[in-house]
Amino acid sequence: MGGMSLIVKNITRLVAAFIALFGAYIVLYGHLTPGGGFAGGVILASALVLVVLAFGEEFSRQIFSHGAARVSDSAGALVFLLVGLSGYLAGAFFANFPDLLGTVGRLASAGTIPISNLAIGVKVGAGLFGVFLALALFRRRGERRSMEPDLEVFDTEARS
Amino acid sequence: MDPLLVLLLVLLGFMLIGSLIAIETRDLLSSIISIGAVGLALNVVFLMLGAPDLAITQAVVEIIILVVLLRVILTRRDESYATSRSTLAVGSVLLVLGFLVALVFGALSRSGGGGLQMRPFGDPLMNESGPATAMAPAGEPQAVPPEHRTEAMPQSIGGAYLKYGLEKTRAANYVTGILLDYRAYDTLGEATVIFVAVIGAYAVLRKVGRHRHGRDVVNR
Amino acid sequence: MTLEMMPYLLAFVLLVIGLYAIVAKRNVIKVIVGLVIIQYATNLFLILVGYRRLAGEGAPVVPILTGPVSEAGRLAEQAVDPLPQALILTSIVIGLSVTALMVALAIRLYDRYGTFDTGRIRNLRG
Repeated sequence: MGGMSLIVKNITRLVAAFIALFGAYIVLYGHLTPGGGFAGGVILASALVLVVLAFGEEFSRQIFSHGAARVSDSAGALVFLLVGLSGYLAGAFFANFPDLLGTVGRLASAGTIPISNLAIGVKVGAGLFGVFLALALFRRRGERRSMEPDLEVFDTEARS
Repeated sequence: MDPLLVLLLVLLGFMLIGSLIAIETRDLLSSIISIGAVGLALNVVFLMLGAPDLAITQAVVEIIILVVLLRVILTRRDESYATSRSTLAVGSVLLVLGFLVALVFGALSRSGGGGLQMRPFGDPLMNESGPATAMAPAGEPQAVPPEHRTEAMPQSIGGAYLKYGLEKTRAANYVTGILLDYRAYDTLGEATVIFVAVIGAYAVLRKVGRHRHGRDVVNR
Repeated sequence: MTLEMMPYLLAFVLLVIGLYAIVAKRNVIKVIVGLVIIQYATNLFLILVGYRRLAGEGAPVVPILTGPVSEAGRLAEQAVDPLPQALILTSIVIGLSVTALMVALAIRLYDRYGTFDTGRIRNLRG
């Protein structure tokens, strides 16, 4: 799947980093403001989807490849599970630590909740980006991957 | 007449009309755009009813669903124009569904503040307060710290989370505190379901192996 | 049938519309649209259950603490129910993943049979 026109590429170059930054903000401040791991993860996935759509999959493989998406997905799930198992140090599965709870309203508060938010954000973002990449990379049986960019993908004027 | 209730009914009517258009129209692109409109109306309903986390999540999830659905239909031409089954099947389905709606309508309109033991809109169970042992869901109130168990408290567990959540989780966002501290095991289940769906999508979309038979199934 | 129970009935009608789309439509994309409508209807019903109107003047408050800790008591009296919001957050993201899986299946179906029409798919052998 090829890229899109020059205007789209330039706008993406300016904007995609800010979208990812916004997603990271929503994930990290999930215990203080609306948002949390799931919303922030989906925003991170959409920043990566924007890069893939605008520049084509050949270029975006250098930024974040499909293998990296799968590894991040599994790593996020493992970290979340480890946070749960570490709750046994405080008495129960997924128990929060009473002495790690800081003051309300600061970034470093609420025990294990920010760590869980981060793990969930990485997991959901990488997973959804991986699914989109798998959908975009799918080729029909017997169809060779052509060298010229495939602009027909999102060209709605071609439809009658 | 409460203006919020009027606005809510208008938005619900918009969602009903939008979803009817989405499933009856012949053009697949229009159908997907109508689904986007229904999702947008749902987003506004979430904002009106006091749920900003849900509004953020619904907006970005809506975008991803639209992109994925557009990806499917824009590269594949489908020349079959018959999109519904025979008249007898459709008619009987409509009859059964209309019967279901009438049943629910009758149950909800029983006198005495609403049938099906549902409380009227805007008056949840946590408005009442009573002893801790009568809290719903039934059982001992796990959400309440032991030193408060003898006080009068709201009768549903959402109220107990609101009242005692800050001192137990120290999270300013009560919804995140519920998701990742009180109900973290359910969030682990959710992470598992998302993981399985993603792996299932990978397994379905794997690169096809060698040809099993010499001719293709469909003439290309 | 008071006006206070109408939102629940309309949410149920939305669910019934989605169910009709799944059962009576032949195009696989219309079936996916029906499933998405059912997801919306379920989330809508859950958020309607959790709303709380205040007895006096004023609007109910979002369950997020934005002031000092002493505001927590006032928040417990005036906020909407946070438990259905946690349930719906789970449900929205799971709905997205399941929709992506269904779209992957639809792509595979088109690749195998060349059509989205389930009537013709059933008749082809292979």
